[in-house]
Amino acid sequence: MAGGPERDAVSGRHTTGHEWDGITELNTPLPKWWVYVFFACVAWALGYVILFPSVPMPGKAASGVLGYSSRAALAENLAAAEARMGEQLAGLRQLSLEEIAADPELATFARQGGEVMFKENCVPCHQSGGAGAYGYPTLADDEWIWGGSMEAIATTIRHGVRHDEDPESRFNIMPSFGADELLSEADIDQVADYVLALSKGEASQEGPGREIFETQCAVCHSSNGEGADGAGYRDFGGPALNNRIWLYGGEKEDIVAQINQPRHGVMPAWGERLGETTIKQLTLYVHGLGGGE
Amino acid sequence: MSQLSASAPAPQPASDPGGPKKTVSLYADHQKVQPRRISGTFRRLKTRLDWLFLGLYFIGPWIPWPRSGSAPDQAFLLDIADRKGYILGLEIWPQEVYYLTGVLVLGAIGLFFVTALFGRVWCGFACIQTVWTDWFVAVERLIEGDRPARIRLDAAPLGVKKLARKSLKITLWGLIALLTGATFILYFNPAVETALAMLSGQASWGIYGFALLFAGTTFLLAGFAREQVCIYMCPWPRFQSAMFDEHSLIITYEAWRGEPRGGARKGQDFTGRGDCVDCGLCVQVCPTGIDIRDGNQLACIGCGLCIDACNQIMERFGRPPNLIAYDSTANQAARAVGQTRRPRLWRPRTLAYTVLLALVAGVMTFGLTTRSDLEVNLLHERSPLFVRLSDGAIRNGYTLKVLNMAETPRTYALSLDGIPEARLTVVGFADAPTRSVDLPVKADSVGTFRVYVTVPEDALTEARMDLAFVLDNTASQQRTEHDTLFATPLR
Repeated sequence: MAGGPERDAVSGRHTTGHEWDGITELNTPLPKWWVYVFFACVAWALGYVILFPSVPMPGKAASGVLGYSSRAALAENLAAAEARMGEQLAGLRQLSLEEIAADPELATFARQGGEVMFKENCVPCHQSGGAGAYGYPTLADDEWIWGGSMEAIATTIRHGVRHDEDPESRFNIMPSFGADELLSEADIDQVADYVLALSKGEASQEGPGREIFETQCAVCHSSNGEGADGAGYRDFGGPALNNRIWLYGGEKEDIVAQINQPRHGVMPAWGERLGETTIKQLTLYVHGLGGGE
Repeated sequence: MSQLSASAPAPQPASDPGGPKKTVSLYADHQKVQPRRISGTFRRLKTRLDWLFLGLYFIGPWIPWPRSGSAPDQAFLLDIADRKGYILGLEIWPQEVYYLTGVLVLGAIGLFFVTALFGRVWCGFACIQTVWTDWFVAVERLIEGDRPARIRLDAAPLGVKKLARKSLKITLWGLIALLTGATFILYFNPAVETALAMLSGQASWGIYGFALLFAGTTFLLAGFAREQVCIYMCPWPRFQSAMFDEHSLIITYEAWRGEPRGGARKGQDFTGRGDCVDCGLCVQVCPTGIDIRDGNQLACIGCGLCIDACNQIMERFGRPPNLIAYDSTANQAARAVGQTRRPRLWRPRTLAYTVLLALVAGVMTFGLTTRSDLEVNLLHERSPLFVRLSDGAIRNGYTLKVLNMAETPRTYALSLDGIPEARLTVVGFADAPTRSVDLPVKADSVGTFRVYVTVPEDALTEARMDLAFVLDNTASQQRTEHDTLFATPLR
């Protein structure tokens, strides 16, 4: 631009020297503060690239001068948390469930941790607070299919129910009495009536329903497989039928459907996934939901 | 640069009928206020109050107050970490934060009351902004001299002398600010330990950070922002017009005898002219740099230094004092027509404030004297809302928190009121269903209990049944009842 920057006659401001059809462009530079902030950002970025891992290399990013890595930072945080709770965590690792439960402070620590793990892992099926849902047992009531002692609860969590990949998983199968034609429709109707009466505590000691129950159902659904009391047989995971708690509904049609072709819930084995300490915490939490034995 | 405020005068085309336009900026440059030193009644009062308030502030955290147990022996301590407040004989728990509300309400009404009676005495004498600014100005005056010397120094080019004075002033201000910030921290942390830790470099970053934060704000607000805090930042001056009425005592200028103003020589005859000699001293001494002769205004903090200034001048010229006076506008209007009136203190407004003050203070006193050292929080479990047990009975879960604010361990008997068939169990304390159970709570702590209430199926009557938890402390004769509900599957 020979002769220095031109000035616009009307506004008195410099022009860029660009002109189209007699229209000139005013020179409107960026505000100074903006330019300085921009330069500061550039300087910051340069420093960041040198100090932190930013340059992509084959395999992984080049580590920065500071040697920072988010994985290492996480490990550090975890180690710090572990150190902070070291005493309690060591207690959880070394002591038995009963010993933990006997120590109020340690038990509270375990239950609080268990609550977090319960929310993360168990709530989708068992609902918040162990409220349960159709097909998913309530953990806050006083009926336990596989036992409600701390040891039994821990075993169920560790190995799951009907979890194929764990040989120690809780396992049973109720025959499909209707679908496999083990019982006639009339028999099923009679035994369903008997079971309904059982749950109300009004079952008669005589009658065809009781006879069928005695021969077909009592082996799993009565205590020690004897009699027709329907008190449940936990060794086999046979749920108690002489109470008001139902997993798949307590109307007669629900009972008939279950005898016809039973549904079998599955619970994954959590032992390998969560580790023994977490299982202890979960056990204490579940045991404390109101139904622990 | 935007087109609107283009400072370069734009040559207008001759055909433009509007002619050259002048741009008026809405932005006013800050004029530095350099208050001149003055002596007199109000200055003396202000200085004494400065000493009193600064003394209270700096001594406050160090006042001991023996307490039993593990409670700290500090008269004023708001322990944020342990969430307890200690004020002399009072120990406030977070659940009792409504006392703070009461204190704030009292403070607000008290401020309104005093303002309606005596104008902005808070602003002029008691506000921390005023007190600390006064202190900072005093330091500035000590090092840089009084107003004329300071103005000269500011205008002088930067030299060794100016640099030395300015840096000495900044250093002293910084020290005062640090002392202020550090002292503030001591109201929230054990004073002796924290002070030693801060001095020996052992304190946490949190402590240092907050101390520096408060030091920084003190330094900026008292050293540099000064009157701008009152004029631009503080909301209180903004609604002064609603606080005053014509009987409020404020700083007034007797325009009826001051005007027409004009320069005067000593011993001159004042007939046919006003008493104001237009010396400008009232403006020079003003900490907010205003001219009170323009009338009462937002920026007047009511400190009365202009009264001191004017009285000196009036005395020198042999004129009656109090041309600028601490008076009400009603009185001034009466004086202007030759009457005298006494200030009217009791007016509907001040009476209303008095009644309100007495009411709130009464409620607070009642609350504090009958303050219970037991507080109960009862939480009904929402998930699951209720659980059906194998015999058909319905069970609800509750979390009961008992705050024992006494310095001795206590045992409370928990029982149920309502639903005669209901029985309760408490995890770890009552495994068998019962109607009442003893719950121990340690001294000065919170006992948390998990309570289950069971009601047999045939006793269920509606979806939500009323139930109350009753806590009895036989030792202290305390009995509290807490209403809750019992949820059932009925619809």
